[in-house]
Amino acid sequence: MTGEFAVWVYLSRTPLLWLTVTLMAYVVADRIATATNRHPLANPVLIAIAITACILKLTETPYATYFEGAQFVHFLLGPATVVLAIPLYEYRATVVRSLVPMLAALLVGSVVALASALILASALGIPRDVIVSIAPKSVTTGVAMGIAQTLGGDPTLAAVIVMLTGMTGGILVTPLMNVLRIRDMRARGFAAGLAAHGVGTARAFQVNEVAGAFAGIALGLNAFVTAILAPVAVTFLR
Amino acid sequence: MIVSLTLILAAQLLGEALTRALNLPVPGPVLGMALLLVFFIVRDRSLAVSRKILPPPLVDGRLEETGKTLLANLSLMFVPAGAGIVGRLDVLAVQGTALAIVVLLSTLMTLAATAFTFVAVSRWLKPGEGR
Repeated sequence: MTGEFAVWVYLSRTPLLWLTVTLMAYVVADRIATATNRHPLANPVLIAIAITACILKLTETPYATYFEGAQFVHFLLGPATVVLAIPLYEYRATVVRSLVPMLAALLVGSVVALASALILASALGIPRDVIVSIAPKSVTTGVAMGIAQTLGGDPTLAAVIVMLTGMTGGILVTPLMNVLRIRDMRARGFAAGLAAHGVGTARAFQVNEVAGAFAGIALGLNAFVTAILAPVAVTFLR
Repeated sequence: MIVSLTLILAAQLLGEALTRALNLPVPGPVLGMALLLVFFIVRDRSLAVSRKILPPPLVDGRLEETGKTLLANLSLMFVPAGAGIVGRLDVLAVQGTALAIVVLLSTLMTLAATAFTFVAVSRWLKPGEGR
């Protein structure tokens, strides 16, 4: 074994290496996003994932090895969800004033998210067991995987679809809202959180704090509503 | 920061425990969010007492600062799961194109419907708002 190779073998097995790689990929991605003035296409989640995935591929690192280091970052998703309470509390006056529009948007949004996925998928001839895995696509990963599993779908496929939906929503929300001339940051944020869960919420926080606060509320509420509506909606499938 | 993180983790832990014990259809951290919100409300209701009994970081704004740092970097936290997804794109192999169309169109429709409803209802309630 040559010297350098021995170092690599040692490093590639410690959590330190993959934790550092994850953070570095994010720092680079965030720099790119800032340099483009947070252009929707320069989505830091997408760029950081692309960089990390390329490094894993080139070094032929198994995901399990990578995750031993990356789990420390992954773990922070939970605490980050908890602290969504901070902007929510800070803008509580705005939130309370927007209660009715929020609940209306929640109901319409959840139904459209479910119905459009089910109808489009049926129309395109996607088999039933795949459809139930894409039904909860707008909900946060953990909940979506649970829903897919209860409905007899594939949780892994659900997780992949959820992530793709998040990315799509995170990238498209700004241009779409501009085209639709919706300037209300509450509405923009709420839509981002409802349609694109945490990834949409991350985008909302980069644009505006009010948008972020509303995205966080939508993310939480939609998880709840979809968990109730999805089992009902799939009964309409033949 | 440690005191703040302790409170945040405690809220999450309590949230996880409650969702499991009561079999609620919400993720533990989401319930933890609600619990932290309750903490803020109770803390500020009786601010004088809170200042006396709570550790300073929980009342002087440092908790909020820690939380906002986490939120500003929310994108980072999706990287590990996302990198795993890249390795599992094979599940899309059979219906790849159809699935991409569904994801794209359904996401656009959901975004538009949600935002439109929000703006429409808020204008209907208060003309002139939500411009």
